[in-house]
Amino acid sequence: MSELMMPVLLALAILLGGVGGAAVLTWWERRLLGFWQDRYGPNRLGPFGIGQVLADMIKLLTKDDWVPPFADKVVFIFAPTAIVVAMMMGFAVVPFAPDVMIIDVNIGLLFFLGMTSLAVYSVLLGGLASNNKYALLGGLRSAAQMVSYEVFMGLSLMGVVMMSGSFSLVDIVEAQSDVWFCFSQALGLLVFVIAGIAESHRLPFDLPEAEHELTAGFHTEYGGMKFAMFMLGEYLGLMLISCMIVTLFFGGWMGPAVIGPWLPPLAWFGLKVFLVINFFVLLRAAIPRPRYDQLMSLGWKVMLPITLVNLVITGAVLLWMEGAV
Amino acid sequence: MQTAETLVHSQVEENLYRQFGEDLFVAQYCADKIPTVWVSRKRLIEVLEFLKPSFSMLYDLFAIDERTRVHRDGQPNSDFTVVYQLLSMERNQDLRIKVALAESDLSLPTIIAIWPNANWYEREAWDMFGVDFTGHPNLFRILLPPTWEGHALRKDHPARATEMAPFEMGPERVAKEQEALRFRPEDWGMKAESEDSEFMFLNLGPNHPSVHGVFRIALQLDGEVIMDSVPDIGYHHRGAEKMAERQTWHTFIPYSDRIDYLGGVMNNLAYIQSVETLAGIEVPERAKVIRIMLAELFRISSHLVFYGTFVQDVGQMSPVFYMFVDREKLFGIVEAITGGRMHPAWFRIGGVAQDLPNGWDRMIREFLDYLPARLDHYDKMAMQNKMLKERTVGIGVYTQQEALDWGVTGPGLRATGSDWDVRKKRPYGGYDQFDFEVPTAENGDCYDRAVLRIEEMRQSLKIIRQCVDNMPSGPYKSEHSATTPPPKERTMEDIETLIHHFLNVSWGPVIPEGEASVMIEATKGINSYHLISDRSTNSYRTRIRTPSFPHLQQIPLISKGLMIPDLIAIIASIDFVMADVDR
Repeated sequence: MSELMMPVLLALAILLGGVGGAAVLTWWERRLLGFWQDRYGPNRLGPFGIGQVLADMIKLLTKDDWVPPFADKVVFIFAPTAIVVAMMMGFAVVPFAPDVMIIDVNIGLLFFLGMTSLAVYSVLLGGLASNNKYALLGGLRSAAQMVSYEVFMGLSLMGVVMMSGSFSLVDIVEAQSDVWFCFSQALGLLVFVIAGIAESHRLPFDLPEAEHELTAGFHTEYGGMKFAMFMLGEYLGLMLISCMIVTLFFGGWMGPAVIGPWLPPLAWFGLKVFLVINFFVLLRAAIPRPRYDQLMSLGWKVMLPITLVNLVITGAVLLWMEGAV
Repeated sequence: MQTAETLVHSQVEENLYRQFGEDLFVAQYCADKIPTVWVSRKRLIEVLEFLKPSFSMLYDLFAIDERTRVHRDGQPNSDFTVVYQLLSMERNQDLRIKVALAESDLSLPTIIAIWPNANWYEREAWDMFGVDFTGHPNLFRILLPPTWEGHALRKDHPARATEMAPFEMGPERVAKEQEALRFRPEDWGMKAESEDSEFMFLNLGPNHPSVHGVFRIALQLDGEVIMDSVPDIGYHHRGAEKMAERQTWHTFIPYSDRIDYLGGVMNNLAYIQSVETLAGIEVPERAKVIRIMLAELFRISSHLVFYGTFVQDVGQMSPVFYMFVDREKLFGIVEAITGGRMHPAWFRIGGVAQDLPNGWDRMIREFLDYLPARLDHYDKMAMQNKMLKERTVGIGVYTQQEALDWGVTGPGLRATGSDWDVRKKRPYGGYDQFDFEVPTAENGDCYDRAVLRIEEMRQSLKIIRQCVDNMPSGPYKSEHSATTPPPKERTMEDIETLIHHFLNVSWGPVIPEGEASVMIEATKGINSYHLISDRSTNSYRTRIRTPSFPHLQQIPLISKGLMIPDLIAIIASIDFVMADVDR
């Protein structure tokens, strides 16, 4: 009974935690940005302005649910749901702690990559269905950006797979019990972080939105709840990428080897994810946005070679070590 | 009038007379001592073509409705006059060419082939006065809506809404106005498709986060590459020139604040210097230094806004907040001195409104010590950022020759290697007493325009420090009768002073007839007010030459072949405000 109930309850917890977490994250990000930018951010409603989350939700939920008459109605409504669903599904394989996960499959990593790829459709379809020129440009940008960054994202993780010898995320975490992959796979981490930002299209790689150029890019025509879904998807993506960075490179639920199991596994995991998220917010506050073609050439001319070099070195070292043993 | 005095001012005029014969010209005396000659319409093109090699820039082009002007002795008969003001940077010289037109035959040949920036100016003259420029490729309205009836700056056009029929915006009117705003590529000679692809026409603005106000630009796109573009202005037009004809000389001062709304009292200065030149008013030393100090404070304030928005427009989110914090401190100083913040309207004809308050220098000194470190910090944060450089170096480049052809002044010109700063070349209002440098740059791209403005802030700090250290004592206002009412005690004793006091306060002073325009180096380039007085309590015609107007006209030239994000960087690097364009 409990064997069966456990994943269901967990799925429910993740669903609620994801949505709630994303909502709180909007507030936390604004506060943090405000702190770094010599201003307050939302600080009026409730303690430290946390009530702002509630106010925003009420506003978004009660807004007129409008579909522009010139839009492709079905696709227009479907698009924002795709990103939320895909991102939520991605959480299914995340090992939060040794026994706290919905499912441990032997293709966990591939599943995660597949789900993030699906999220691209949301942006693309949203951009196309809006029948708005800014949205179209945003959609096209996202198609090019995400398709190319997908390549390095996948490849950058292959080093991790080679070292742990498995696609299962649990195995990958356990393979890090001595040394975290962030040291042995530093190049892979670098590429994965950059690709991750591009994938969740946040500043500095928010080119599909690019407020200063395309007003709001692919979601120019969206408002109310449908807009909220895009935002939810973006923040879920941010959390998912952070979870994956922690899982793949920072030892998942394990504390650093020098300290040992000083905190419960779930707390370690949460703490690390929180730090990674803050790092992403800091990036947003600090870095300007490259131009679209610069982003592409960065990808193909810099990131791809780095990834391939990383793969070759990892493979060579592994073979050499096997031979030596 | 007074031919002997003005006839041969310079070699250029001598050459002009030698080439075409003196009979062709009628010289006019202007209070600003700029040589002014009237040319007949038939020979205009010839004369301008002859002048082009010596005068690289068409500084201004505007019209005057002369039909109700009384005091114009010695000037040829004219219903409408078109004025071409030329500027030679090399010789630091101006020349004004005027052409008289009869109401029945309001047409002139276009001079776009000689100075390309005449394009918008001619459209404006058509829009405002109905002067037809034959051969102009798109003589459409530029500032007023396309559906406007009449020509607004004509004397018989009403100035206030109460003089017109009630305004109604019914459904038909809305439909009509909407239709009039539709962009038609063929009007601008654009093709909808090339051999192998169809172009997309994107309407950027007037409501767009990065166009700095209500600026609209229609883009012809191939993918994201800009093939061509058509800027559309006029959404911020408030008829400042028309209002100037209704206000007294004094009461127009607050309107000038709102032309370049980031420049504050800097606008006052441009206007007031022209009035003072017309009336022959000498400004006391203390007032001069106070004016320079405040003008430079506002230059810093304006450049800080530029800096923040420029960096923000290339996608860096944070710096703008830091710069607004600094600007807030600046406004604190301005508020302590003038009582106002963005638009203090604090300069007066002949001086300033009040003396400096007690302890005025403390806040300024604190600020002078505070800002340089902050600027260094921003340099590291923004200007040395590699991504920002990649976005802006080599983007939006124009040469010095192109800058001159298109009437670009200020930092935009100096970024191409010229050191033409009015404060140095024609030290107005006491700038000759100050030690500062004019920063220049070589590449004429977005990055250089930004670097140059940042250096200008440091130079402004230097000027302000000299003001604070050497503030002269004495009156803050001249004793001229047109500016300062007689002392109160004396008004109680004799009727003449009482009457003067009464008239000067209730009607405003009468400024002697004449014309004058004095250039100042405003925050965004050269700004001047061409004032025409008809010996009255208000201006007969006020022409506001603003730097941003020609700067926008040049955008299609420098953005061709680039991408939308580059256009945003270019727009940010130009540093304009729409009120300064549309007036």
